[in-house]
Order: sequence, then C-alpha cells, then structure tokens
Amino acid sequence: MATVFTAEPKAFPKQAAKEKSPAPTSRLDGIVEESLSFTLAEELFVTSTVAVTLLDTRVSPFGMRVRIALEQKGAKYEFSEQDLRNKGPILLEMNPVYKKVPVLIHNGKPICESLIAVQYIDEVWNNKSPLLPSDPYQRAQSRFWADFVDNKVYFPGRKTWTKKGQELEAGKNGLIESLKLLEGELGDKPYFEGDKLGYVDVALIPFYSWFHGYETFGNFSIEAECPKLIAWCKRCIQNESVSKSLPDPQEVYVFFMELRKKLGLE
Amino acid sequence: MAEVKLLGAWGSPFSRRVEMALKLKGVEYEYIEEDLGNKSPLLLKYNPIHKKVPVLLHNGKPIAESLVILEYIDETWKTNPILPDDPYDKAMARFWAKFLDDTCMPAIWQIMWSKENQREKAIEEAIQHLKTLENELKDKRFFGGETIGLVDIAANFIGFWLGAVQEASGMELVNKERFPVLCRWIDEYVNCSVVKQNLPPRDKLIAFLQSRFSASSWKY
Repeated sequence: MATVFTAEPKAFPKQAAKEKSPAPTSRLDGIVEESLSFTLAEELFVTSTVAVTLLDTRVSPFGMRVRIALEQKGAKYEFSEQDLRNKGPILLEMNPVYKKVPVLIHNGKPICESLIAVQYIDEVWNNKSPLLPSDPYQRAQSRFWADFVDNKVYFPGRKTWTKKGQELEAGKNGLIESLKLLEGELGDKPYFEGDKLGYVDVALIPFYSWFHGYETFGNFSIEAECPKLIAWCKRCIQNESVSKSLPDPQEVYVFFMELRKKLGLE
Repeated sequence: MAEVKLLGAWGSPFSRRVEMALKLKGVEYEYIEEDLGNKSPLLLKYNPIHKKVPVLLHNGKPIAESLVILEYIDETWKTNPILPDDPYDKAMARFWAKFLDDTCMPAIWQIMWSKENQREKAIEEAIQHLKTLENELKDKRFFGGETIGLVDIAANFIGFWLGAVQEASGMELVNKERFPVLCRWIDEYVNCSVVKQNLPPRDKLIAFLQSRFSASSWKY
C-alpha cells in the first residue's frame, strides 16, 4: 500500500557512520579546531565549543530537534546512542527526573526536554542562524506553536501505529486536524517564521521521518490531506542541518514494527 | 499608550499566574472574567486553537498558554525579572515549570479522578513527583532564589490550590511531616504580597471544588 513514499528515501541521504568528534580535552583543542579570533562577543562562543554530548536515539523526533539545532549553529557534538530498554548510568544520572532522551550535555551540565535544549542552544550559540525571532510577540507565537506540536502532533500520531480500531481512527483524525491547523499557520510562507528555518520548523520537521510509519499502519495519506505541509517538509530537508539529522524513514518503520510486535499488533 | 487585557477565570491557577506576573511588574491591565461554561466570542476569537484561558491581549494581539505568556511578559516588561539571565539557569527554570505542568499537576488531578482501587497508586505517584520538586527547592527561600521567579509563579497550584483541593476532598497529600521543605515554601509563598493579592477567595474555591468532587461522586 505504501506507494506514497517510494520516492522519498532519496530525500534523506544515507548518513556516513557517525564519526565521533573527540571531546576537546582542554579549551585549547577547541580553539585550535575552530580557529577563532578573540573578540569579547565571541568569548561565549569559544566556551560553547567545549564538549557537547547528546544522549539520544536515532529515531527520536525529539532528539532530531536538538541535532538540527546544533547543526544549524555549526556546533560540533558527540552523538551517544542510548539503549532505552537498558538505560545506562549516564542517562540515569543526567536525566533522573524523566530518564528519557534527548539529553544535551554542555560542559558537563545536562539540559533535558528537547524544546528547552533547542532554546538553550539558540541562546548560547547566538552568533549565527537564530532559531527564535527577535520580536517578543513573534517569539511567543513560535513558542505557542512548538508547544502545539508537542501536545497535538506526537500523541495522536502515536496512536496510528500503536493502537487499533477506534483508538487508531481517533489518532488519525486528531493528527490530520493538527497538521491542517499547522498548514493554516504556515500559510504562504516558506517556513513558519518566514524566510529561514526557525524554531517551529525545528519542532515539527522531525515528524516527517515518522509520517511513512503513520501512513502505513494507519492506512492513510498525509500528502493527500495536507499537500502544503508536505511541500514545506520537502523544503525543510533541502537544509543540510535537517537532512543530516533525520533518519531514513525505513529505519523508523523498522523501529515501529519492532514495537508493534512487542505490543502484540503484529 | 500600550493596552493590556487579560481574559481569565477567577478559579484558574493558570489565569492567576499571569495576573501575578503583571502585578509584579506593575503593568496596568483590564481583567475580563470568562464563564468557562459559556465561552465568549472574544475568547473563541483570540484563542481559536485551544479555546482556553488565560489569553493576554497586548495592543489587540493575543498570546495564549500561561507559560508562553509569562515569558512574553518577562521579555516585554523588564522590572522585577522572573527568569535568570544565564542560559543554563534559564533552561533549568523552564524545565521545572514544565515539570509542574506536564507531570506534577496531572498526577495530583489523577488522584481525584481515579477509581478507588487505583487511587493508592495515583497517590504514590503524586508523592514521588512532589518529593522531586521538594528536592529542587532544597534550602532556597523560593525556587527563584531570594525572590519569586517563573517556577514559583508556575507552582501557584501547589502553593494554594492544593490546600483547597485537600480541604474540599478530605484527601491529605502534603503535610509538614511528609514535606517539611515544601510546606515551608508554601508558608513563605502565600504570605508574599504579590502572591497574596492574586489568589482566589479560599472559601469560594473550596465550595466550587466540593461541588465538582461530589458531582463526580468522589469518596475518600
């Protein structure tokens, strides 16, 4: 059935095996690597080149948000794949409250919750590619819509592949309703915040890698319902920060299948 | 002349959070009480997505979701900041405010709406989350340090509403023996002038909660 996505896998170039950029052992390493000049404004940036680690899993849309933000800022980081069925001591130490990914670790200090981490990245790596608008009202709108994605996209979407019958249908309808509202908010703009990739784009685009799974198990086409949104998705992945950070939809599909088997749905 | 209006509800902790922040910063505003059982065209126009209070209107432009509104207020009116400057400290404040909304408060409400045989488990979960919150407080006067900040404002439910819920339902979750640090914060908090001015009348709130609980045949 899933013919809707056959052309898509090309869109996510296969990532080379992620090379671990070694955490600089001293500030000097970071400076040599980045060849920076020292102006006062850049001092913060220099500090921010010291060890950045991301505890994450490749298929997590929340993790993808943080990856995109780091890539947008040109920030080097170490990606540490976590086994969520057998959580390691570092994850439990760095996120004792939720024990979830992603966890951004900067200079040894953890930041949990993806949107909080994205805002932190935007504030610390403030010398390029601002994600949030500068105007307070526009910022409030961005925060509102990112919060909307958290509550009204992830949860209904999840039902399309973890539930069946009426619950699945409710999930499908809820998801489409939310995506249509987002389409309305996007309007004719190339991105949610205007001309460039911004906060709301970063909050939402990871779910594009989950659409194939939603559509397959939910038996529906998101493009048929929300063509403008899919056009926006394709525009987003033209940005290297996005294409580098999203996994192949096939990888996500396999992840869904494994979980479905555990849930007794396969 | 900047015009600020707030669509709110007298008993809503979310609505009162916004009032607290506006008062803290000395911002003059017009308050409009919403009947949540009969939502006004104004509310539906300015918050079509969620149709909820609070909604702040600044020069006619609406902002919804209380935590989003609080950050907007902090960025627009600089007196008495409620968020720290340091990005890491700011991230921590946002984390705990979100913890309150996403995890702590829902767990408390879960007790009230759960079936009798699931109630004990719901209580245990709520206690665990409140302990986590208490650990964050430690020996600080407020979550925000010496003065109230975003997290204290967001924790108004714990500071005041929870006491009313306990009295209305007969269920005791927070007491001095179990939560000495949290209770110390609660005392400090409700006596803080900006907080005191922005709480609903206690008896009215208890009566309202009692009628809701009896409608759902809550028994404790």
